[in-house]
Amino acid sequence: MIWGYIAVMALVTYLIRALPLTLIHGRIRNKWIRSFLYYVPYACLSAMTFPAIFYATQSVWSAAAGVAAALVLAFFGRSLITVAAGACLAVFLAEQLMAFL
Amino acid sequence: MKNNFIQGLRDGMPIMAGYFAVSFSFGIMAVKGGLSVFQAAFISMTNMTSAGQFAGLQVIAAGGTVAELILTQLIINLRYALMSLSLSQKLSEGITFRQRLVIAFANTDEIFAVAMAHAGSLKFMYMVGLQILPILGWTAGTAIGAAAGSVLPAALTSALGVALYGMFIAVVVPAARRVRPVLATALLAVGFSCILYILHVSAGVSIILCTVAASAVMAFIRPLEGGMEE
Repeated sequence: MIWGYIAVMALVTYLIRALPLTLIHGRIRNKWIRSFLYYVPYACLSAMTFPAIFYATQSVWSAAAGVAAALVLAFFGRSLITVAAGACLAVFLAEQLMAFL
Repeated sequence: MKNNFIQGLRDGMPIMAGYFAVSFSFGIMAVKGGLSVFQAAFISMTNMTSAGQFAGLQVIAAGGTVAELILTQLIINLRYALMSLSLSQKLSEGITFRQRLVIAFANTDEIFAVAMAHAGSLKFMYMVGLQILPILGWTAGTAIGAAAGSVLPAALTSALGVALYGMFIAVVVPAARRVRPVLATALLAVGFSCILYILHVSAGVSIILCTVAASAVMAFIRPLEGGMEE
Protein backbone atom coordinates (compact mmCIF):
# COMPACT_ATOMS: atom_id res chain seq x y z
CA MET A 1 0.00 0.00 0.00
CA ILE A 2 2.64 2.48 1.09
CA TRP A 3 4.86 1.36 -1.80
CA GLY A 4 2.03 2.23 -4.21
CA TYR A 5 1.89 5.73 -2.79
CA ILE A 6 5.67 6.02 -3.01
CA ALA A 7 5.66 4.93 -6.67
CA VAL A 8 2.92 7.48 -7.49
CA MET A 9 4.89 10.26 -5.77
CA ALA A 10 8.07 9.43 -7.68
CA LEU A 11 6.29 9.16 -11.03
CA VAL A 12 4.33 12.40 -10.73
CA THR A 13 7.40 14.34 -9.55
CA TYR A 14 9.52 12.95 -12.37
CA LEU A 15 6.96 13.63 -15.09
CA ILE A 16 6.61 17.25 -13.95
CA ARG A 17 10.36 17.69 -14.45
CA ALA A 18 10.79 15.55 -17.55
CA LEU A 19 7.87 16.68 -19.72
CA PRO A 20 8.83 20.36 -20.09
CA LEU A 21 12.48 19.44 -20.56
CA THR A 22 11.74 17.00 -23.39
CA LEU A 23 8.56 18.22 -25.06
CA ILE A 24 8.34 21.98 -24.81
CA HIS A 25 10.93 24.12 -26.52
CA GLY A 26 9.32 27.54 -26.60
CA ARG A 27 8.89 30.02 -23.77
CA ILE A 28 5.70 30.52 -21.75
CA ARG A 29 4.34 33.90 -22.80
CA ASN A 30 1.09 34.06 -20.86
CA LYS A 31 1.81 36.66 -18.21
CA TRP A 32 -0.76 35.38 -15.72
CA ILE A 33 0.56 31.80 -15.80
CA ARG A 34 4.14 33.01 -15.43
CA SER A 35 3.13 35.21 -12.49
CA PHE A 36 1.21 32.34 -10.89
CA LEU A 37 4.19 29.98 -11.21
CA TYR A 38 6.50 32.66 -9.83
CA TYR A 39 4.45 32.95 -6.62
CA VAL A 40 3.83 29.20 -6.16
CA PRO A 41 7.00 28.25 -4.25
CA TYR A 42 6.63 31.11 -1.76
CA ALA A 43 2.94 30.45 -1.13
CA CYS A 44 3.54 26.73 -0.80
CA LEU A 45 6.52 26.92 1.57
CA SER A 46 4.78 29.52 3.75
CA ALA A 47 1.56 27.50 3.99
CA MET A 48 3.51 24.35 4.86
CA THR A 49 5.52 26.07 7.57
CA PHE A 50 2.73 27.91 9.36
CA PRO A 51 1.06 26.98 11.60
CA ALA A 52 2.58 23.44 11.41
CA ILE A 53 5.99 24.48 12.82
CA PHE A 54 4.35 25.44 16.12
CA TYR A 55 3.29 21.83 16.63
CA ALA A 56 6.55 20.22 15.47
CA THR A 57 8.35 20.37 18.84
CA GLN A 58 7.62 19.43 22.44
CA SER A 59 6.14 22.84 23.23
CA VAL A 60 4.67 25.78 21.35
CA TRP A 61 7.13 28.09 23.15
CA SER A 62 10.26 26.24 22.07
CA ALA A 63 8.86 26.20 18.53
CA ALA A 64 8.36 29.97 18.77
CA ALA A 65 12.03 30.33 19.71
CA GLY A 66 12.93 28.30 16.61
CA VAL A 67 10.68 30.47 14.41
CA ALA A 68 12.23 33.66 15.78
CA ALA A 69 15.77 32.39 15.21
CA ALA A 70 14.95 31.29 11.67
CA LEU A 71 13.25 34.59 10.78
CA VAL A 72 16.16 36.69 12.08
CA LEU A 73 18.86 34.56 10.41
CA ALA A 74 16.91 34.45 7.14
CA PHE A 75 16.29 38.20 7.27
CA PHE A 76 20.04 38.74 7.31
CA GLY A 77 20.39 36.43 4.31
CA ARG A 78 22.16 33.48 5.96
CA SER A 79 22.48 30.25 4.00
CA LEU A 80 19.79 27.53 4.10
CA ILE A 81 21.92 25.33 6.30
CA THR A 82 22.72 28.11 8.81
CA VAL A 83 19.05 29.07 9.16
CA ALA A 84 17.98 25.43 9.59
CA ALA A 85 20.71 24.75 12.16
CA GLY A 86 19.97 28.02 14.01
CA ALA A 87 16.29 27.10 14.32
CA CYS A 88 17.19 23.66 15.69
CA LEU A 89 19.64 25.14 18.19
CA ALA A 90 17.09 27.72 19.40
CA VAL A 91 14.49 24.97 19.98
CA PHE A 92 17.03 22.83 21.81
CA LEU A 93 18.19 25.68 24.08
CA ALA A 94 14.61 26.81 24.77
CA GLU A 95 13.63 23.32 25.85
CA GLN A 96 16.68 22.96 28.08
CA LEU A 97 15.85 26.31 29.67
CA MET A 98 12.18 25.40 30.15
CA ALA A 99 13.19 22.26 32.00
CA PHE A 100 14.49 24.51 34.78
CA LEU A 101 11.41 26.71 35.01
CA MET B 1 34.06 15.37 -21.18
CA LYS B 2 35.84 14.25 -18.02
CA ASN B 3 36.57 17.83 -16.97
CA ASN B 4 32.90 18.72 -17.25
CA PHE B 5 32.02 15.80 -15.01
CA ILE B 6 34.58 16.76 -12.36
CA GLN B 7 33.54 20.39 -12.40
CA GLY B 8 29.95 19.25 -11.91
CA LEU B 9 30.98 17.13 -8.93
CA ARG B 10 32.82 20.09 -7.40
CA ASP B 11 29.81 22.40 -7.82
CA GLY B 12 27.56 19.75 -6.28
CA MET B 13 29.59 19.40 -3.07
CA PRO B 14 28.09 22.28 -1.04
CA ILE B 15 24.59 21.20 -2.12
CA MET B 16 25.35 17.68 -0.87
CA ALA B 17 26.40 19.00 2.56
CA GLY B 18 23.24 21.08 2.94
CA TYR B 19 21.00 18.26 1.75
CA PHE B 20 22.58 15.77 4.13
CA ALA B 21 21.71 17.89 7.17
CA VAL B 22 18.20 18.82 6.07
CA SER B 23 17.13 15.36 4.85
CA PHE B 24 18.02 14.02 8.31
CA SER B 25 14.86 15.61 9.68
CA PHE B 26 12.79 14.25 6.77
CA GLY B 27 13.95 10.77 7.80
CA ILE B 28 12.86 11.38 11.40
CA MET B 29 9.44 12.67 10.28
CA ALA B 30 8.94 9.77 7.84
CA VAL B 31 9.47 7.20 10.60
CA LYS B 32 7.12 9.15 12.87
CA GLY B 33 4.57 8.99 10.02
CA GLY B 34 4.76 5.19 10.01
CA LEU B 35 7.26 4.52 7.20
CA SER B 36 10.26 2.16 7.37
CA VAL B 37 13.86 3.37 7.08
CA PHE B 38 14.13 1.84 3.62
CA GLN B 39 10.88 3.44 2.44
CA ALA B 40 11.99 6.85 3.73
CA ALA B 41 15.35 6.60 1.93
CA PHE B 42 13.64 5.34 -1.23
CA ILE B 43 11.28 8.34 -1.27
CA SER B 44 14.26 10.69 -1.03
CA MET B 45 16.23 8.88 -3.73
CA THR B 46 13.33 8.87 -6.20
CA ASN B 47 11.79 12.28 -5.48
CA MET B 48 14.65 14.69 -4.72
CA THR B 49 12.35 17.43 -3.47
CA SER B 50 11.94 18.65 0.11
CA ALA B 51 8.57 20.39 -0.10
CA GLY B 52 6.92 17.75 -2.29
CA GLN B 53 8.18 14.82 -0.22
CA PHE B 54 7.20 16.52 3.00
CA ALA B 55 3.66 17.21 1.77
CA GLY B 56 3.39 13.71 0.29
CA LEU B 57 4.45 12.26 3.62
CA GLN B 58 1.72 14.24 5.36
CA VAL B 59 -0.88 12.85 2.94
CA ILE B 60 0.38 9.27 3.41
CA ALA B 61 0.56 9.61 7.21
CA ALA B 62 -2.97 11.03 7.31
CA GLY B 63 -4.27 8.11 5.20
CA GLY B 64 -5.21 10.38 2.28
CA THR B 65 -6.36 9.14 -1.12
CA VAL B 66 -4.15 8.60 -4.19
CA ALA B 67 -6.00 11.43 -5.94
CA GLU B 68 -5.15 13.73 -3.04
CA LEU B 69 -1.51 12.61 -3.26
CA ILE B 70 -1.29 13.20 -7.02
CA LEU B 71 -2.92 16.63 -6.75
CA THR B 72 -0.60 17.63 -3.89
CA GLN B 73 2.51 16.58 -5.82
CA LEU B 74 1.26 18.26 -8.97
CA ILE B 75 0.60 21.63 -7.33
CA ILE B 76 3.61 21.74 -5.02
CA ASN B 77 6.08 20.51 -7.64
CA LEU B 78 4.62 22.64 -10.43
CA ARG B 79 7.51 25.07 -10.08
CA TYR B 80 9.87 22.37 -11.35
CA ALA B 81 8.02 22.44 -14.67
CA LEU B 82 8.98 26.08 -15.01
CA MET B 83 12.57 25.38 -13.95
CA SER B 84 12.85 22.49 -16.41
CA LEU B 85 11.50 24.79 -19.07
CA SER B 86 14.15 27.44 -18.53
CA LEU B 87 16.84 24.79 -18.05
CA SER B 88 15.96 23.39 -21.49
CA GLN B 89 16.91 26.76 -23.01
CA LYS B 90 20.43 26.56 -21.52
CA LEU B 91 21.32 22.96 -22.50
CA SER B 92 24.11 22.57 -25.03
CA GLU B 93 22.94 21.78 -28.52
CA GLY B 94 24.03 18.16 -28.87
CA ILE B 95 22.01 16.92 -25.89
CA THR B 96 19.81 13.98 -26.87
CA PHE B 97 16.28 13.05 -25.81
CA ARG B 98 17.57 10.31 -23.48
CA GLN B 99 20.09 12.65 -21.89
CA ARG B 100 17.26 15.10 -21.20
CA LEU B 101 15.38 12.30 -19.42
CA VAL B 102 18.42 11.85 -17.13
CA ILE B 103 18.95 15.56 -16.50
CA ALA B 104 15.27 15.95 -15.53
CA PHE B 105 15.62 13.52 -12.63
CA ALA B 106 17.20 15.78 -10.01
CA ASN B 107 16.33 19.27 -11.19
CA THR B 108 15.93 20.61 -7.64
CA ASP B 109 15.74 24.27 -6.57
CA GLU B 110 19.42 24.31 -5.62
CA ILE B 111 20.74 22.29 -8.58
CA PHE B 112 18.69 24.46 -10.92
CA ALA B 113 20.13 27.60 -9.29
CA VAL B 114 23.73 26.40 -9.68
CA ALA B 115 23.12 25.18 -13.25
CA MET B 116 21.65 28.52 -14.30
CA ALA B 117 24.59 30.37 -12.72
CA HIS B 118 27.07 28.15 -14.63
CA ALA B 119 28.92 30.04 -17.35
CA GLY B 120 28.03 28.90 -20.87
CA SER B 121 25.73 26.15 -22.08
CA LEU B 122 25.20 23.03 -19.99
CA LYS B 123 26.96 19.82 -21.09
CA PHE B 124 25.44 16.44 -20.27
CA MET B 125 28.40 15.24 -18.19
CA TYR B 126 28.45 18.46 -16.18
CA MET B 127 24.78 17.96 -15.22
CA VAL B 128 25.42 14.31 -14.29
CA GLY B 129 28.35 15.34 -12.07
CA LEU B 130 26.33 18.14 -10.52
CA GLN B 131 23.45 15.82 -9.58
CA ILE B 132 25.24 12.74 -8.22
CA LEU B 133 26.54 14.07 -4.88
CA PRO B 134 23.32 15.88 -3.88
CA ILE B 135 21.33 12.68 -4.63
CA LEU B 136 23.71 10.68 -2.41
CA GLY B 137 23.63 13.28 0.38
CA TRP B 138 19.84 13.60 0.30
CA THR B 139 19.33 9.81 0.37
CA ALA B 140 22.01 9.03 2.97
CA GLY B 141 20.85 11.83 5.28
CA THR B 142 17.28 10.53 5.14
CA ALA B 143 18.36 6.95 5.88
CA ILE B 144 20.51 7.98 8.84
CA GLY B 145 17.83 10.30 10.22
CA ALA B 146 15.20 7.56 9.88
CA ALA B 147 17.44 4.95 11.49
CA ALA B 148 18.88 7.13 14.28
CA GLY B 149 15.71 9.11 14.95
CA SER B 150 14.32 6.52 17.33
CA VAL B 151 17.65 6.21 19.18
CA LEU B 152 18.17 9.93 19.70
CA PRO B 153 16.89 11.57 22.90
CA ALA B 154 13.52 13.33 22.61
CA ALA B 155 15.08 16.78 23.10
CA LEU B 156 17.26 16.25 20.03
CA THR B 157 14.55 14.91 17.68
CA SER B 158 12.29 17.73 18.86
CA ALA B 159 14.96 20.27 17.89
CA LEU B 160 15.73 18.58 14.54
CA GLY B 161 12.01 18.56 13.74
CA VAL B 162 12.18 22.23 12.75
CA ALA B 163 15.15 21.87 10.34
CA LEU B 164 13.05 21.55 7.19
CA TYR B 165 10.78 24.40 8.25
CA GLY B 166 13.89 26.46 8.90
CA MET B 167 15.04 25.81 5.36
CA PHE B 168 11.64 26.86 3.98
CA ILE B 169 11.84 30.10 5.98
CA ALA B 170 15.35 30.64 4.60
CA VAL B 171 13.99 30.45 1.04
CA VAL B 172 10.99 32.74 1.57
CA VAL B 173 12.27 35.53 3.83
CA PRO B 174 15.12 36.95 1.68
CA ALA B 175 12.82 37.01 -1.38
CA ALA B 176 10.01 38.59 0.69
CA ARG B 177 12.44 41.24 1.87
CA ARG B 178 13.48 42.06 -1.69
CA VAL B 179 10.13 41.79 -3.48
CA ARG B 180 7.09 43.22 -1.72
CA PRO B 181 4.47 41.07 -3.59
CA VAL B 182 6.35 37.95 -2.39
CA LEU B 183 5.90 39.14 1.20
CA ALA B 184 2.17 39.63 0.49
CA THR B 185 1.99 36.14 -1.04
CA ALA B 186 3.63 34.58 2.01
CA LEU B 187 1.39 36.40 4.50
CA LEU B 188 -1.71 35.54 2.47
CA ALA B 189 -0.72 31.86 2.35
CA VAL B 190 0.00 31.78 6.10
CA GLY B 191 -3.36 33.45 6.80
CA PHE B 192 -5.27 30.91 4.66
CA SER B 193 -3.27 28.08 6.19
CA CYS B 194 -4.13 29.12 9.77
CA ILE B 195 -7.83 29.44 8.91
CA LEU B 196 -7.91 25.99 7.29
CA TYR B 197 -6.02 24.55 10.27
CA ILE B 198 -8.69 25.89 12.63
CA LEU B 199 -11.37 24.39 10.33
CA HIS B 200 -9.60 20.98 10.60
CA VAL B 201 -8.95 20.72 6.83
CA SER B 202 -6.38 17.95 6.19
CA ALA B 203 -2.79 19.08 5.62
CA GLY B 204 -2.60 17.79 2.03
CA VAL B 205 -5.75 19.59 0.90
CA SER B 206 -4.83 22.69 2.87
CA ILE B 207 -1.42 23.06 1.18
CA ILE B 208 -2.99 22.81 -2.27
CA LEU B 209 -5.77 25.30 -1.50
CA CYS B 210 -3.44 27.83 0.16
CA THR B 211 -0.84 27.61 -2.60
CA VAL B 212 -3.32 27.99 -5.45
CA ALA B 213 -5.37 30.68 -3.71
CA ALA B 214 -2.46 32.89 -2.62
CA SER B 215 -0.60 32.52 -5.96
CA ALA B 216 -3.73 33.10 -8.04
CA VAL B 217 -4.76 36.21 -6.08
CA MET B 218 -1.25 37.67 -6.31
CA ALA B 219 -0.88 36.81 -10.02
CA PHE B 220 -4.13 38.69 -10.56
CA ILE B 221 -3.38 41.83 -8.52
CA ARG B 222 0.42 41.89 -8.92
CA PRO B 223 1.44 40.28 -12.24
CA LEU B 224 5.17 39.91 -12.86
CA GLU B 225 7.10 43.03 -13.69
CA GLY B 226 10.65 43.48 -14.93
CA GLY B 227 13.27 42.71 -12.27
CA MET B 228 11.07 40.54 -10.07
CA GLU B 229 12.18 37.24 -11.51
CA GLU B 230 15.85 37.56 -10.60
